[in-house]
Amino acid sequence: MSGSDSIEAAFRGQLGAFRLDVEFVAPLRGITALFGPSGCGKTTILRCLAGLRRMPGRLSVSGQTWQDDASGVFLHPHQRSVGYVFQEASLFPHLSVRDNLMYGWLRSSRAGSHPVLDFGEVVELMGLAALLGRSPSALSGGERQRVALARALLAQPRLLLMDEPLAGLDQIAKEEILPYIETLHEKLSVPVLYVSHDLREVARLADSMIVLSAGRKVCDGPVQEILERLDLDPGDGEFEAGVILEARVSGHDSEFRMTRLDHHGQRIVIPGIDLAVGEYVRLRIRARDVALAVAKPAAISVRNILAGTVLDRAQDPDTAFAEVLVDVGGGRLRARITRDALQDLGLVAGSPVYALIKSISFDRPVIGRVAHDS
Amino acid sequence: MSGLTDPSSLWPPIWLTLKLAACSTILLLLIGTPIAWWLARTRARWKEAIAAFVALPLVLPPTVLGFYLLIALGPAGPGGWLAGLAGARTLAFSFLGIVVGSVVYSLPFVVQPIRNSFESSGDRPLEVAATLGATPWDAFWSVAVPLARPGFITGAVLGFAHTVGEFGVVLMIGGNIPGETKVLSIAVYELVETLRWTEAHLLAGGMLAFSFAVILSMMVLQKRMGSGGS
Repeated sequence: MSGSDSIEAAFRGQLGAFRLDVEFVAPLRGITALFGPSGCGKTTILRCLAGLRRMPGRLSVSGQTWQDDASGVFLHPHQRSVGYVFQEASLFPHLSVRDNLMYGWLRSSRAGSHPVLDFGEVVELMGLAALLGRSPSALSGGERQRVALARALLAQPRLLLMDEPLAGLDQIAKEEILPYIETLHEKLSVPVLYVSHDLREVARLADSMIVLSAGRKVCDGPVQEILERLDLDPGDGEFEAGVILEARVSGHDSEFRMTRLDHHGQRIVIPGIDLAVGEYVRLRIRARDVALAVAKPAAISVRNILAGTVLDRAQDPDTAFAEVLVDVGGGRLRARITRDALQDLGLVAGSPVYALIKSISFDRPVIGRVAHDS
Repeated sequence: MSGLTDPSSLWPPIWLTLKLAACSTILLLLIGTPIAWWLARTRARWKEAIAAFVALPLVLPPTVLGFYLLIALGPAGPGGWLAGLAGARTLAFSFLGIVVGSVVYSLPFVVQPIRNSFESSGDRPLEVAATLGATPWDAFWSVAVPLARPGFITGAVLGFAHTVGEFGVVLMIGGNIPGETKVLSIAVYELVETLRWTEAHLLAGGMLAFSFAVILSMMVLQKRMGSGGS
């Protein structure tokens, strides 16, 4: 990664009892998640990136210095090309939806940054055309957050920062917004830093992630790689550990309302989703939803039986559990089984196994649509 | 009606009072807004001391305030020095003098509601404005002021009404000069002193109606802004 297409940040400082000490390089493309439990410093980092908070450190975005304490450089928020979507939509209550959207757009156009995004196009893409004349108080929570997202985009930012934009919404509103964030990702090529403590959201949306804990960086890298690592507690309780598989829609079964997917030649069946054959989806599969067998079971209700090979295993001698990483011919699965079962089956690296996944474990929020260039 | 000398003689004090209140309100908004902004935004430890100083006229007897203003505006004070630049001896007993007195006296009634409004809208709208590319000056006018509109309306109405109703301070620093410092409240006082009850009734009744109308319209306005629009 060269300096021209990345964010290079380092912040070090004390905030009351909390100490922040992070250094990271993040790609300036796709969605990068800042992931960690509450109080780990995610939001503070995001505010430092926007210039809303000043902590000792340095920051450069695509080779441009935004903060460098050594040379006394500190750009104020309005001098940085960032969009910021807060947890609460924070629309200006005295302006209509249209004027809210125009607020950043007019100012960025005046500043001479040549308009990459067309006003009408963003309004269309975010499905806001019917809301333009309304007052923010007349919108639902999901609609408000969509306006906030469009407003941030229309300021033509070099970088979009999102601080748990879905945290304040109910499941229905979340489901309403997620596709728009995915759209953003596919169509507008605005790089996003996305703060979240919800691994399902991260798995569904993000390409790469930075894992934080108590003000420090634990690790960073592509989401798939991070989720496959057995040595990391994702910080969300071990039951949430899991991986992501990408698969192509290969057919639908209208009678039983199932969708068939193809993952490198292996078949995965999930409850029916509304995507055309040939499109790619991203599945999050939790380790606890995967069972292992050394022989291929017949006459079983579990619909998905993937042949694979054990790559690695990790046991926690303090508990009853072990985790096994299985290569299923392309993607990898994590399986959480008991240590007892691990010994019984005699699984070691290289053992051939069958991974069993109940179709019902693919609930809606773990399935995301993927943009493929192919 | 034999006691009534000339009804038109009642107009100069009314006109003068409205002129005084209008000038004071404009000055109060110009001076009060930056003070309210500073009090709402600063983290300085001594800000409450400044706030208390601004609020002093709420508790000080008008005569005490008038006494200090008289000294400040007189030949030996800064007011006298200012007047000297214009070739006069003192700012006391002049229209300008009672404008200064009114502004000081009504300042808390304007600063407090505006400060409260600034504080209740919080940092967030300004942070949003900044991330959308607005300079602090731009964000102040395009976001902070419109959001604080209820505070500005309350402050302006209170400042205006309070100036109209002022008596003690004007009496101390302005005296009773027709067309210059003889405002409504002083005129009523003089009419009563000289037993001209009819005119006193006219002016007092007018004041009563005016004050009621001001308070009522402010309450209605606030209720409407609180429930609808914003």
